[in-house]
Amino acid sequence: MPRPGFVLEVDKSTPPILFWRGEGFSLERLPADRSRVIYPAEPLAGLDDVDGHIRNALLNPVDMDPLPALLKPDMKLTICFDDASLSLPKMRKPDTRQRIIEAVLDLAAAAGVDDIHLIAALGLHRRMHEYELRHVLGDRIFDAFHPRGMLYQHDAEDYDNLTVIGETDHGEVLEINKRVAESDLVVYANVNQVAMDGGWKSITTGVASYRCLSYHHNPVTLQNTRSLMDRHNSDLHKSVWRLGKVLEDHGPKIFTVETTINTDAFPSPFDFLSKREWEWNAKDRAIYLATQKSLNRTPNRLARKIFHGIESPYATTSVQAGFTPSVHEITLKHVYDQHIVPVEGQTDILTMGIPFISPYNPEGIMNPILVMCMGLGYLFNMYRNKPLVREGGVVIMTHPTYREFNPVHHPSYIDFYDEVLADTTDPVVMSEKWEKKYAEDEWYRHLYRTGNAYHGVHPFYAWYWGAHGQQWAGKVIIVGGDPTAVRRLGFTPASTLDDAFEIASDVVGRSPTISHLHVPGVLVADVV
Amino acid sequence: MIAESLAGKRIAITGSTGFVGTALVERLLRSVPDCELVLLVRDGRRTPAPQRVERELLKNDAFDRLREQHAAPDSTETFKQMTARRITTVAGDVSSDGLGLSDDDRLTWSTANLIIHSAASVSFDSPLDRAVEINLLGPTRIAALCQELGVTPHLVAVSTCYVAGNRRGNAPEELVSAGPFDIGLSWKAEVAAARRLQGDTEALSRLPERLVQFRKDARAELGAAGAPALAGKTEQLRERWVKDQLVEAGRARAASVGWPDAYAYTKALGEQALTDTKGNVPVSIVRPSIIESAWAEPKPGWIRGFRMAEPVIISYARGLLKEFPGVPEGTVDVIPVDIVVAALIGVAAAGPDKAPAITQVASGGVNPLKYRAMIDYISGWFTEHPLYDPEGQPILVPEWNFPGRGKVEGQLTRARNMLSRTEKTLQALPLRGRQAEFTATLDSRRTEIESALQYVELYGLYTECEAIYQVDNLIGLWDTLDAHDQAEFNFDPRVVDWEHYITQVHLPSIVQHARVKTTPGKSRSADRMVRLRTQVLDPKRHVVAFDLENTLISSNVVESYSFLATRRLNGPERARYVIRTLAEAPALLKMDKRDRTDFLRHFYRRYEDAPIEQIEEDATAMMHQLIMTKSFPEGLRRVRQHRALGHRTILITGALEFAVAGLKPLFDEIVAAEMSVRPDGTYSGEMKTVPPTGEARAQILSDYCDAEGFRLDECVAYADSSSDLPLFEAVGFPVAVNPETRLAAIARKRGWLVENWSRANGAPKPLLPIGKMMVERERRRVFS
Repeated sequence: MPRPGFVLEVDKSTPPILFWRGEGFSLERLPADRSRVIYPAEPLAGLDDVDGHIRNALLNPVDMDPLPALLKPDMKLTICFDDASLSLPKMRKPDTRQRIIEAVLDLAAAAGVDDIHLIAALGLHRRMHEYELRHVLGDRIFDAFHPRGMLYQHDAEDYDNLTVIGETDHGEVLEINKRVAESDLVVYANVNQVAMDGGWKSITTGVASYRCLSYHHNPVTLQNTRSLMDRHNSDLHKSVWRLGKVLEDHGPKIFTVETTINTDAFPSPFDFLSKREWEWNAKDRAIYLATQKSLNRTPNRLARKIFHGIESPYATTSVQAGFTPSVHEITLKHVYDQHIVPVEGQTDILTMGIPFISPYNPEGIMNPILVMCMGLGYLFNMYRNKPLVREGGVVIMTHPTYREFNPVHHPSYIDFYDEVLADTTDPVVMSEKWEKKYAEDEWYRHLYRTGNAYHGVHPFYAWYWGAHGQQWAGKVIIVGGDPTAVRRLGFTPASTLDDAFEIASDVVGRSPTISHLHVPGVLVADVV
Repeated sequence: MIAESLAGKRIAITGSTGFVGTALVERLLRSVPDCELVLLVRDGRRTPAPQRVERELLKNDAFDRLREQHAAPDSTETFKQMTARRITTVAGDVSSDGLGLSDDDRLTWSTANLIIHSAASVSFDSPLDRAVEINLLGPTRIAALCQELGVTPHLVAVSTCYVAGNRRGNAPEELVSAGPFDIGLSWKAEVAAARRLQGDTEALSRLPERLVQFRKDARAELGAAGAPALAGKTEQLRERWVKDQLVEAGRARAASVGWPDAYAYTKALGEQALTDTKGNVPVSIVRPSIIESAWAEPKPGWIRGFRMAEPVIISYARGLLKEFPGVPEGTVDVIPVDIVVAALIGVAAAGPDKAPAITQVASGGVNPLKYRAMIDYISGWFTEHPLYDPEGQPILVPEWNFPGRGKVEGQLTRARNMLSRTEKTLQALPLRGRQAEFTATLDSRRTEIESALQYVELYGLYTECEAIYQVDNLIGLWDTLDAHDQAEFNFDPRVVDWEHYITQVHLPSIVQHARVKTTPGKSRSADRMVRLRTQVLDPKRHVVAFDLENTLISSNVVESYSFLATRRLNGPERARYVIRTLAEAPALLKMDKRDRTDFLRHFYRRYEDAPIEQIEEDATAMMHQLIMTKSFPEGLRRVRQHRALGHRTILITGALEFAVAGLKPLFDEIVAAEMSVRPDGTYSGEMKTVPPTGEARAQILSDYCDAEGFRLDECVAYADSSSDLPLFEAVGFPVAVNPETRLAAIARKRGWLVENWSRANGAPKPLLPIGKMMVERERRRVFS
């Protein structure tokens, strides 16, 4: 029986706590008697026969007819699937999406369906590399569909292949991939790692146009998204659900397959990362020391390769299929079962270690903008009800924040860092002054459409993701970061955690209360 | 009464655009209201003489005072009207017989009642032939012309005290031939010898082995810049060599017969020649010593051009010159320019009968400035008002030890030799960008030291000259003046208070003129780059040309080829490819260095038989897997900035068309190497046209501008190598990107914008530029 997440009150006997620092980590001692560490639950047990559960879900869907009843020989069937931003790190083969799609294709073949397209639901993310597609779908599907042009990636800038479905009562226009819109049935194969994913968001962002995304991917909506992990208090999700209603009423029939995974992210020898520090045995300590020492001597490039090479032994904890909103409710319950940790009250300071990966740099470099996005966008938003830190409190992150960028994946991030951040870090100002220029840049569009680059506007979205956290925090400090880069982000650099507490004392006084969000492990703090 | 006696006279002046000439014209216009001036001025290369007078003479700040007077409300005519009325310009040159005057101008010239000849080749390192033609023969030509025209105006010729030669003790106001130290040189023989030497040197410079050497040197300086640029440079080097030989010859000849340099030597012979050939033309000779900035007129500290002591003083203040030779108790004979001008006017006003035959204008005899005192004033002043180095730190002026000349020269020579050795070594290394700029710094440092060395060599001779110039005639003339003239035309050297003159007048003035850094804080060169960048990014520009390799991406045609060639190979095949290519590399590099076009033609043969369809697919992969990882993000941003400003962007590259197809959205136009295609859908390996490299690029851009109606001088060009010099020279706004050593040095000298762009930090750095291994199935795909 896995143990649930809990809050550890730090006292004199508490050992130092593990902090991620990009491609590395450190052990930090937190002040006794006024600090607490929020630990995630241990990974839940997975399903034994995942394929059996998938088949069962397809045959016994929620609020919808069984899949075989929906399949006709002369129909247009489109299967969409989540892109490389899920899961993080990538899961060991076979990927859940491969399992789902193979099951769907078996049923489609049995029903004699010929016209089948597979579309990677990228949104404005970068196109996946061939080896990533192979990893997610398996060689069999790839080789069967790709050479015939029936497996491809969504293009949010191909206006010949986008079509308007309708408009919400808030004036939001739903514009999605034409093939999806014109299909008789759309099956969505999803992997749900956090509560933000899935539901109507899968299709209304994954195969939508830039125009359509800009209704909810903007600073004001995200400042009122409290939090990203709490759908019912998120303006972003409210907008998405309104668009989902338009899709339901005027769009194609959608059969959603959602799956949840547990938090078993790190295989040996990195499994000590998921353990609680006082339970480390001699071997764990030795491995920690050895890895940490050798990582310190390893060039970034190599360390990155090691970490991005990790394939996680996640287990699938649930599979449900059918009508999108109904399916998503069940999914959320399973996600929360794994993630929710009840926490009492807020503290003056929130500390968190930023890992080497975020949803926007699979196989890539965690550039400074993504550090901000991961810290203030994702980790800060890991709450329900209210943030772990009080309004005007201090957020302290640990990450090297090197000024490094992947020029293939993040070309517009480089210019965003040099040009936009040099001008302003205020999301509202930058959206008015700069967003359009980047969104409509011919060159970025070319790289997004033909290469493996994120859309020109994507750095703005990554920045807006942190808009709520940025507004909430009185000060943000990055420990161990490149000072120039940290200042460019509008944050304060500190060399050690103790220095950071010293700097924070301007805002929160000399003996502040501290919460530490324990990463790795994923948790959502239910703060009451 | 000076003004009265010159009233109504027509005064012809030579050398009016020079230092003394400018002050003289100004003074005559201002203080002798009723005279007219005839100025003999050379036609410039592009500007005719009258325009030169407007631009180079009347625009000078010496005339500010006059301009103000004429701008006053009670003035009856404007400055322009006044100068138009009183100044006549004739085009001519004292180095040609008859002064090169046209018939009309001869007529104008013949109406002059008075000629003040101040034209001279004053540069202390002028080549022997120039010095002879101008300094020696100039005055005799003027006298000869007078005789030809049948007129006898009073000729006042400016000479120099230093005609007395290297000697100690008193130097009286008399012809050298009249003194005890004359060695009886014949000026005619000297002229003949100098002319012969000039012809011989010219011939020597054209010997085949010399020409080969010049060409080699030109190539070393410019690299593979293309035949026209190399030819231009070679000829320039030849001419410079001839000049250097003649400078050296002048110096040697002067020293051998007892003068400090060719200037004094030719001036001395010039006086002799004039005396011998003047006929019935009345001649007065005025000999100033070292002329420096004005004591009071037209304003204290006024100076034109950089003269003798200034570069030395500035080099000292910049810490470049640690020491300067000289004897502390020696006399530095300096005389402010306004005193010289007043003396000239005084001599002219006295007229041919009363004026002394020779008047020396010097301070050494009556109001000496001691070398030690001068040094004390200078170092004291710079300690109080230091110059600043580029980092904004004050420069400490060195203690002066009064060493001998040999010691200082030795120090500087050693420094120069070391620097040029370092520079040579660095130039041989394949450096780019900031490291290359370091070499450029060394280069300018070396140039500075070289010029300091020259100053020491040249002016050191003067500090060692211990003659005391007598000014009895000058004082005699001074005493005949009434109080009004003495106040108006002060030429009494005794009035100068040296401490006041050096610290309050001269140094502040030359520091301002030298445009050196006199305030702390960051260097202005960064500001300069910002300013240049603003010019480049001005919406007014028309076309912007970009080179590709090392300008926008750090890759080259060999890498592209390797990527494409290996993309569909398996492991062992790749290994074989890499080994083969590495073995070939030295030969390829050598070929590329010799001639880029040949190299490209040869190299591109390898594409023979490549199926077009496969190449197209692979080139797309290459765009994202190779070119983007090697791109300079700032460069790509700059291209788009230009487009956003409405400029036409054009990529001119020797790379193959299909290899750069992925860059199309960045440019309005791509000019690349084109390969012909066979009917069976494969490439032939042969070029359709000459690959656009070297001087062809300049031609392409120029043709493009002609066709589209743009102006080349409104174009911008970005490139990285000295082989792009023709392109750089063709456009109005060259930008050197990550320049290699040679280009860095050139860019610095010519004040071009330099950009240092680098690949994105963290970009993947593949060990070898070969394609990613493909999945077996994809790899085996066959293209018909």
